[in-house]
Amino acid sequence: MRRVDQNPLARLLVQRILLGLLSLLLVSIVVFAATQLLPGDAARAVVGRGAAQDRLDALRHQLHLDLPVVTQYWLWLRDFLTGDAGTSLVNGKPVIESVGARISNSFTLLILVVATGIPLAITLGIVAAVRRDRRVDTSLSVIALALAAIPEFVIGIGLIVLFATVVLHWLPPVSMVRPGASVFARPLMLILPVLTLIIAVFPYTFRMIRASMIDVLDSEYVEMATLKGLTRRRIVLLHALPNAIAPTIQAIALTCGYLAGGCVVVEYVFGFPGIGQGLVSAVIARDIPYIQCVVVLLAAFYVVVNLLADLVAILVTPKLRRAT
Amino acid sequence: MTLWPRYLRSGSAIFSTVLLTIVFLTTIIGPFFAPASSLDFIGAPFQGPNAHAWLGTDVLGRDVLSRILQGGYRILGLAAAATALGVLAGILLGMAAGYIKGAVDEIIMRLLDVVLAFPQIILALLFVSIIGPVPWLIVLIVAGFHAPQVARVARAATLRVVEEDYVRFAETIGMPRLRILVQEIFPNIMTPLIVEAGLRFTYSIALIAGLNFLGLGTQPPIPDWGLMINENRIGMATNPWPVVVPVLLIALLTIGTNLLADAIGRAAFGLDRGSRETQPASSDETATVQA
Amino acid sequence: MTAVDIIQSEGATNRLAINVRNLSVALAGSSDVVVDDVSFTLRPGEILGLVGESGSGKTTVGLAMLGYSRRGLDIIAGSVVIGGEDILTLSDEQRRLARRSLISYVPQDPATALNPTLRLRTQLSESFADPAEATEDRLLQMLAEVKLPATSAFLHRFTHQLSGGQQQRIAIAMAFAHRPHVIVMDEPTTGLDVTTQSHILETIRHLCRQHHVAAVYVSHDLAVVGGLADRVAVMYAGRILELGAAERVLRRPDHPYTQALIRAVPDLKGRTTIQGIPGQAPDPHHRPTGCAFAARCNMAADSCRQQAVPSLHTADNHVVQCLFPGEHRDRLAPVSNDWQAVPMASAVTALSVADLTAFHGSRQILQGITLEVPRQTCLALVGESGSGKTTLARSIAGLHHDLTGQLSFNGQDLPIGSRNRSRDLRRRIQYVFQNPYASLNPRRSIGRSLEVALLEFEKLPGVALRERVIAALESVALPARFASLYPHQLSGGQRQRAAIARALVLEPEFLICDEVTSALDVSVQAVVVDLLRRLQHERGLAMLFVTHNLALVRNIAQQVAVLQSGRIVEQGDALDVLERPQAEETLRLLRDAPHFELGETTERDLPVNRGIVAVAKGLQSTALAG
Repeated sequence: MRRVDQNPLARLLVQRILLGLLSLLLVSIVVFAATQLLPGDAARAVVGRGAAQDRLDALRHQLHLDLPVVTQYWLWLRDFLTGDAGTSLVNGKPVIESVGARISNSFTLLILVVATGIPLAITLGIVAAVRRDRRVDTSLSVIALALAAIPEFVIGIGLIVLFATVVLHWLPPVSMVRPGASVFARPLMLILPVLTLIIAVFPYTFRMIRASMIDVLDSEYVEMATLKGLTRRRIVLLHALPNAIAPTIQAIALTCGYLAGGCVVVEYVFGFPGIGQGLVSAVIARDIPYIQCVVVLLAAFYVVVNLLADLVAILVTPKLRRAT
Repeated sequence: MTLWPRYLRSGSAIFSTVLLTIVFLTTIIGPFFAPASSLDFIGAPFQGPNAHAWLGTDVLGRDVLSRILQGGYRILGLAAAATALGVLAGILLGMAAGYIKGAVDEIIMRLLDVVLAFPQIILALLFVSIIGPVPWLIVLIVAGFHAPQVARVARAATLRVVEEDYVRFAETIGMPRLRILVQEIFPNIMTPLIVEAGLRFTYSIALIAGLNFLGLGTQPPIPDWGLMINENRIGMATNPWPVVVPVLLIALLTIGTNLLADAIGRAAFGLDRGSRETQPASSDETATVQA
Repeated sequence: MTAVDIIQSEGATNRLAINVRNLSVALAGSSDVVVDDVSFTLRPGEILGLVGESGSGKTTVGLAMLGYSRRGLDIIAGSVVIGGEDILTLSDEQRRLARRSLISYVPQDPATALNPTLRLRTQLSESFADPAEATEDRLLQMLAEVKLPATSAFLHRFTHQLSGGQQQRIAIAMAFAHRPHVIVMDEPTTGLDVTTQSHILETIRHLCRQHHVAAVYVSHDLAVVGGLADRVAVMYAGRILELGAAERVLRRPDHPYTQALIRAVPDLKGRTTIQGIPGQAPDPHHRPTGCAFAARCNMAADSCRQQAVPSLHTADNHVVQCLFPGEHRDRLAPVSNDWQAVPMASAVTALSVADLTAFHGSRQILQGITLEVPRQTCLALVGESGSGKTTLARSIAGLHHDLTGQLSFNGQDLPIGSRNRSRDLRRRIQYVFQNPYASLNPRRSIGRSLEVALLEFEKLPGVALRERVIAALESVALPARFASLYPHQLSGGQRQRAAIARALVLEPEFLICDEVTSALDVSVQAVVVDLLRRLQHERGLAMLFVTHNLALVRNIAQQVAVLQSGRIVEQGDALDVLERPQAEETLRLLRDAPHFELGETTERDLPVNRGIVAVAKGLQSTALAG
């Protein structure tokens, strides 16, 4: 009476990937459609008011504005996938160039935050769970609860007030580096943005880890391990933790995803030459190709990260791996 | 409601209520107490606190105190509207997905997943840059961000409740589906939804203040906390107050609403668990054979 | 550690394996006890059956023997001496070591108690105090001892790759690994089918004898305990009311509660009709100073209620906590068969099922089911887990749609799926669910839930509505004031009765009861079954009674159908099928179901006596406090 499945893991994987691609496709459509709705003639915006009609027409043709919308979309998509993200309406250079440099800066930020903030949140989450309801736990939980609510720009400005301008003057308030230069030229300016993001990211990760660890510690198999007379250390490390990994991975993935957006505001606050700041500038300048490119890239990042998270979660759970 | 005694016992509940009352009063009653107009230039820019302007002047020489007192209620109003709209939409979608299941469920959830596939601030940037910083648009966008998350919570809760036998009983006696949703299901999913609504409100405030900060929300010269923070950054060294006070107020507001939502949630869940208290512990329970 | 080793190696068989004295456990931060002054002893190789219903504290006693208490509970007094050491006075580290050498635990649900991410090999090796002992040979030997495939491949598996029975065997192997002095087993055969259960009980008995391991077997099932234990302790409201040799306690009990409990256990041979105990046990916040059972005891005197009742020790190593032990030992209610005699030949069919085949997605659950329930008759549908009986019940009720076949009610076609049926049909066929904790809307009062159900069919004005509701509640022996209570304020048995009232208020003709007593204590079960039988008789209902407990059949049904893997393998008169079974499955169920013969062997086979039945009914109706 049972159905025969071929490798269920592969099927699951393929399913998720297809879903991710679908999401990306929809996102690209939404982005494209949204930017096409921008009032005003894109060509005229580039060329200026006083231009001659034929120059206008030539530009229109070049930008494919004379074609039906669907065709425009298809052309844009094709170009995008082959590495051509169009030309910036602001400085006439290929979008890819400026995006490239900014991406590496933002990535640096991301790595720094993930490498320091996440292990911190995880460790504290485990500690809070193991010492549940004691002072360590209650104080950490209250702090996390308070921090969770505050918007990132408030945290950022708050830190600036504290460390750069009003209270103390240890650190530079803004990052005075030309876009395109490496952020490591002045490493000090990395500190505040990274700190802001760590604070912003901490509460959610901490609470997730704590909750899932508590779930595991309350489980019947941990009780059984205690009744078997195993050492506390062995119970926490061998019996409890492996079962708390899946939710941990989820939390990390969600954090990375969040950072894709969080970096926008934070970079703006600190004038950090990353992709977030680039996006804000592009939005203000109505630089359509730039906006399209960045938004799709960020969405792709988000989707990939979530996909990896799902994958790892599956691999880590023996039940799902074998799918008996 | 037996909710209140338990709630009042919690320290964080009392603290957050006090906090919020102060901030709410500032926001709502503040405008009536402003000593000067929020638009008039009363002195040189970035003057320190003095007799005419207790918190000094801002980047254009306007009274900081007045602008602060008048700069909060819009955020609250928009946040409340956006939350209400988003929660309502989310509940409807989530309950529909959880009760009807099947294709409807798949479609709804996939669409919502697409929305969730985006860091929200970026979508907000996108739409505002297209249409412009119009209040109703902001409310719509923020509501649109809340709906998927609320729908998720509503759907999960609905799925749980739908499996319960009292809903099945309603099905056997042929109760109309709509009545089942309203009478049987909804009262039993309210608890997680209330908590979620509280959290969404906090997030609304944060998002709207953030948009204002980026210049994509309330436009100058209208006084607004988020906007003020950005406007007056340049003069932080000279007169920090136009930046520091709004920062504190926004922080306190969001912390307060978060603590409150959490305390309510804790009280409500404690109540829920209490109603299942007479269920014997599993190992003392007699055999429950899975038929 | 050294002391423990020495004592363990002495292996004196004349000494006590375990000596529990005055053990008390209370709710954390309060003086409300859940285990009240419990004492007992065991010799090596002896098995003690610790029986009790929910809330009796039996599981808490079991865990306390390992020096463990769950969250919200504290061990406040007493001693547990094993191998010369009092577990309760040991330091954390010493206690941990004691759990690896002196005492071990077999959990109730191995599916959740075994770690899902560790292989069997790891989990089995952990049971040894000295890792060097956990050689491959030793592990394979462990598997063989509990009759599992002794191969390395098997050791390599994960928990979820084993069946329920196999998982439990692993748990048992882990417990016996280091040859402890005592093993505590917490209802280890719950949820297993009867055949697996009987095999596992056999394994336990064998291992205990062979290795001289004393065991405490916690259970609610008297029949199981009767077949396994040497000594039995009966717990109620945290106290041991009776303790002694199994024979003595289960056949000639001294305590009124034990007597009443035995009367509530269904007898497979059908010599007696079950009798419940009305009322419920006091919760830990309201335990009286006097006898805890006095409120429900039909021979309680004032002296029972006023002062604490001491434990009486008698010569034959028997302990009983009662002021009037052994007196007025009630006759067991004899069989009254008049309810079973229903004229068959002229009976019109109420429900008829023809060639029903049901699916769950792509899995087939039922195959070609054909059966008939005559009017005013109760048909018991019997089968084990996975036999498909709930799917069949749901299909008939209109809750399951994925099926083919013909249903008819009173000769008329009965559509599949409740939404396809006429209002009239929906009213006439009612369904009572298994889980009393989930069948009533927790946000509504009982009365309101009944009103809502009734309003679906009849638009009655407020007064008439309330009258109908109160009448329905009274017919299930719930007082009118219960109408304004919420489900969480009722006990399991009361909730189930409220659910039955909800079905009855619609005045149905056909009642489907799906394992309605499986989640209830045996004494409460008897009350509910008796109620159902009476209602069925009085109102002339046709009934489909789904159960896995064959012994229960005799107490309620005139006909029975036996289900196995989605097919009906036998059906007919209840008495016929149970006394002269034909199908293999029926034989197996009858053979493997635990059926220790409880109660006196002399007071049987009394002639049918309506007077006694009436008295029994009278006792029932007077004790309707809740």
